[in-house]
Amino acid sequence: MTFLVLTTLVKIGFVLFFVLTTVAYLSWLERKVIAHIQSRWGPYRVGPHGLLQPVADGIKFFFKEDIVPLEVDWPIYLLAPFLAFALAFLSFAVIPFGTSFQLRGRTVFLQITDLDVGLLFIFAVTSLGVYSIALAGWSSNSKYPLFGGLRSSAQMISYELSLALAVIGVILISGSLSLRDIVVHQSGFWQPAGLSGFLPRWNIFVQPIGFLAYFTAAIAETNRIPFDLPEGETELVGGFHTEYSSLKFAMFFMAEYANMITVSCIATLLFFGGWLGPMFGPPWLQVLLPVFWFCAKVFCFLFFYIWMRGTLPRFRYDQLMAFGWKVLLPVGLLNILLTSLVVTWRNA
Amino acid sequence: MAILFYIFAAVAIIAALNVVLQRTPVYSALSLIVVLCAIAVEYLLLNAEFIAVIQVIVYAGAIMVLFVLVIMLLNARREVPSSRSRVARWLGLPLLAAFLAEMLFAVWRYLPANMALPEAPASGPAAVGGLLFRNYVLPFELTSILILVAVLGAVVLAKKQL
Repeated sequence: MTFLVLTTLVKIGFVLFFVLTTVAYLSWLERKVIAHIQSRWGPYRVGPHGLLQPVADGIKFFFKEDIVPLEVDWPIYLLAPFLAFALAFLSFAVIPFGTSFQLRGRTVFLQITDLDVGLLFIFAVTSLGVYSIALAGWSSNSKYPLFGGLRSSAQMISYELSLALAVIGVILISGSLSLRDIVVHQSGFWQPAGLSGFLPRWNIFVQPIGFLAYFTAAIAETNRIPFDLPEGETELVGGFHTEYSSLKFAMFFMAEYANMITVSCIATLLFFGGWLGPMFGPPWLQVLLPVFWFCAKVFCFLFFYIWMRGTLPRFRYDQLMAFGWKVLLPVGLLNILLTSLVVTWRNA
Repeated sequence: MAILFYIFAAVAIIAALNVVLQRTPVYSALSLIVVLCAIAVEYLLLNAEFIAVIQVIVYAGAIMVLFVLVIMLLNARREVPSSRSRVARWLGLPLLAAFLAEMLFAVWRYLPANMALPEAPASGPAAVGGLLFRNYVLPFELTSILILVAVLGAVVLAKKQL
């Protein structure tokens, strides 16, 4: 029992450190990639190639003046950023980063906890995340935050539905809601007609529509371009985080990046085989390699997120809502229908 | 394990009291969300993880979002205690205490002799799905018709011209 508690605490420490560092350097990556897309350099002076820029930004956030408007609803104004931050990091409790290793004769999984309903846990945390934005917008007691907060909440609850539906195809194929089981189900290669396979058994090859619907809905959930009208600077000043400054704003900022990372992790786990990849070498390498493959795949998704931010214009709000309800929802339902037909036909 | 039950039961009761004792509607709604999450933890303590997560997703994450958004849009301000009826003010609490005593007496009388938890039935998604689509298929279908009626009603109320 103590072994379990100790290993879990160590894992939590690792994951927290890892995700916080990734969030900080994701901001660096974003500025660099968008800069290069726009033919300029990006952060260049603070450290080699601007690598110490996130450190400078962190220090800046601590020392900025914390301006609080007079008429805010204090308890909720304080609650909202911390709720956003806490929920964004809570999702990492069920994400498997790799396989497992043996410590003193006992197996330690590279995952904080493997819930039987791990995927639904992620959806639960996402559903609760709507509150942080709605409350932030409302408690600021000002026009632009209220608009931004309400628009964002409406957008998030609409796309949550499409998100869940898009993923049901994967659940039907894997037969389980546990994230580890879904990845393990994707091991091996497709063997068409007895030939030696080269195509890994990833779910992307059997659920392309599901993947596209999932990723689109997830970008809308995380309020990123092209779905970021609720916080677009040219539209609503700052949207729901207009009246927040210094550390509270930093909380929202970090929560948004952490949500991006969660979405990328789930996309890798559900559709791209998670930690599966070429394995070779001594046993200690065999434990580290899956983590490396997982991080490489997540990095590709994050890069794609940033690439889209640098390239696409944003949707108008009514186009955004129409797209969520009139396109993504039927596509998700169609995907479920087709997947169930194929799964039943194969099992018959 | 029992200590966790008592902790979260206490959280749920305090939050439920907070729902009715707060003057600002938004705080009441948020306290209700705390109650729902505490109940979800109680489900976890009964080994019903699926129900716990569904409770959070559906109840705390969808229905209460609706409540909170409506309260925010209605701009309901802090409530002023109404001073209209003296009878209500003096009879309220004693009647409430009497009601609570009656409920406690009824529950105490019908407590089973053996207080141990029965063997937990399988409660994963497969088990719940099996029950829903075999034993309880009629209520399921009726609920879907009910939801369809609700959707039609919402569309009729919200459309400007049919």
